[in-house]
Amino acid sequence: MSSIVEQSNANEAHHGHHPAKGFKRWLYTTNHKDIGSLYLIFSLTMFLIGGAMAMVIRAELFQPGLQLVEPHFFNQMTTVHGLIMVFGAVMPAFTGLANWMVPLMIGAPDMALPRMNNWSFWILPFAFLILLASLFMPGGGPAFGWTFYAPLSTTYSNDNTALFVFAVHIMGISSIMGAINVIVTIVNLRAPGMTWMKLPLFVWTWLITAFLLIAVMPVLAGAVTMVLTDKYFATSFFDAAGGGDPVMFQHIFWFFGHPEVYIMILPAFGIISTIVPTFSRKKLFGYASMVYATSSIALLSFIVWAHHMFTTGMPVAGELFFMYATMLISVPTGVKVFNWVATMWKGSISFEVPMLFSIAFIVLFTLGGFSGLMLAITPADFQYHDTYFVVAHFHYVLVTGAIFSIMAGAYYWLPKWTGNMFNITLAKWHFWLSLVSVNVLFFPMHFVGLAGMPRRIPDYALQFADFNAIISIGGFAFGLSQLLFVAVVIKCARGGDKVPAKVWDGAEGLEWEVESPAPYHTFSTPPEIK
Amino acid sequence: MTHAPLLKRLVLICIGMFAFAFALVPLYDVFCDVTGLNGKPSLEQAKLSTQVTQNREIGVSFTTHAQSGAPFVVKSKEYSVAVKPGAMREVMFSAKNNSNLDKVMQAVPSVSPGKAAKYLHKIACFCFDQQPLKAGEELEFKLLFYVDTALPTDIEELTLSYTVFDISEQLVASNN
Repeated sequence: MSSIVEQSNANEAHHGHHPAKGFKRWLYTTNHKDIGSLYLIFSLTMFLIGGAMAMVIRAELFQPGLQLVEPHFFNQMTTVHGLIMVFGAVMPAFTGLANWMVPLMIGAPDMALPRMNNWSFWILPFAFLILLASLFMPGGGPAFGWTFYAPLSTTYSNDNTALFVFAVHIMGISSIMGAINVIVTIVNLRAPGMTWMKLPLFVWTWLITAFLLIAVMPVLAGAVTMVLTDKYFATSFFDAAGGGDPVMFQHIFWFFGHPEVYIMILPAFGIISTIVPTFSRKKLFGYASMVYATSSIALLSFIVWAHHMFTTGMPVAGELFFMYATMLISVPTGVKVFNWVATMWKGSISFEVPMLFSIAFIVLFTLGGFSGLMLAITPADFQYHDTYFVVAHFHYVLVTGAIFSIMAGAYYWLPKWTGNMFNITLAKWHFWLSLVSVNVLFFPMHFVGLAGMPRRIPDYALQFADFNAIISIGGFAFGLSQLLFVAVVIKCARGGDKVPAKVWDGAEGLEWEVESPAPYHTFSTPPEIK
Repeated sequence: MTHAPLLKRLVLICIGMFAFAFALVPLYDVFCDVTGLNGKPSLEQAKLSTQVTQNREIGVSFTTHAQSGAPFVVKSKEYSVAVKPGAMREVMFSAKNNSNLDKVMQAVPSVSPGKAAKYLHKIACFCFDQQPLKAGEELEFKLLFYVDTALPTDIEELTLSYTVFDISEQLVASNN
């Protein structure tokens, strides 16, 4: 009996103090703030690695002809760039933000399943180690595009495909565990009085995202498993010779793939809906409509997947269905954009760095949404399909959408995490350089795409040369600008002007009631919600 | 608060969705069969035609191609024929095994435009069966078909395409 008492005392003492030092602190940690930081640092590292691959791509495309890399290596670069940015940069960044902020926002002491939380992070580096290692093996890494269409990934891929498959399996397991943790935390650990319609929007959007994740990541796992057995165990899921159908691969993949793109943007909506009211010094316009719009986007995302496949020879009835369903998504998305603008309307706006990124997000994400609408038009899509127009579209929604929102969120909460204000001048340089270069980088892609330049090629026709040179210069500038972000983050972590608990004037929410930097343990007793 | 019940449900959803990915494989075929959306023609023998529409002619073209690596050359004797809806027509195909090994060939038909697929009826077709071809052997095969009288009037031409596969290895694998 006494030993049990002693033990529990020892545990308390351990929890009460600051964590163990050194690497073991991070390896064994079950603290949501530690794990959030790990996710964010991992994501930033992957962002730089994936970005370096984009630099290789842009360097090769600077001039027509083959200068720097072999076409096969070029294909590996486009493939792994896509995989890393989707699964290594954007998704872990959002999971990191969720780990840090969701417990703070709902007044919970930690995530609901802290040990699983540790696992879901620590398997992730191994997934990317496997994926990146395959690049250095004989035959090279995956070169079939991040969408790994069969038969490119089955009949025509090299033996390292198994590594790709296992890497995706591990990433998927990590995401699923992260999503389950978020759902259980939000459902079970809200502070008393935090009713559903009082949830901060970032929490709402993440709850919906988490449901999307557990619905579609297993489907992705199924798709890669089928690729694995088709390639190595003589099944014929996608092989017409054995009664399979390669087009079915695309159906299964995009059944995962389309909800996946909303997985990468719904938390962004949450971040923007948090930041815009703060710096407009007004309540968010239309909170309830935001919740319903997010839910309807999530539901609609399950019935639009075949708009990625208009050119596979679909019957007109199918094309029309998927075209209208896709266009329907612009209605709830329009509601969101309208609400953000209405929140700013007659607000006393100030342009702090998070707000700058948020406004850029609203404008540029909407632009990406418009090119999405153009792509949704079936007859027009036949021209745009597989051109740089598509590349321009999804980079506008992912870079100036998802990535800008992550930057906005990072600048918004960085003082809360570190207790220090970041170097505002440097951060503003980062913003303006990013804003200008990202448009130099991606805007001309619309034009070369409309003019017919195909994507995923290391060489191109001469008439695209000037535009590609401009695009590449934009690319290098954007890539280098991100090093400023790294500098800002490191400087801020090391020191700076001390900030109060409520870092930003107009900010609302429980996370601003704990001191800055947020203590290692917060809300051990639940806060009172008014 | 215990998290187990919710956790259990969420894990079940995940397992269910993993199974769903595999269920999509048969569901995909069923969905296409029910809606007729895919342009996949039936591989069953059709009934004989009983009536003919005299005042309409449909152009039916034939294309064939061997999947890469399949050592077969398959050709139709006629490139294209004009048929009245309901009228049965015979077209001969020749198939040659160019390799020096005995092979088994499977032809998979497909009809373009896709919505015409269910109006093209085959009474006899070499695609109904696996066709063994000895090394270097050349055989003649018969296709007996007709176009349904209910073929929508906006379709004036259709193409029947055969993709020819070498299924010798799969046969060996499944026999083992």
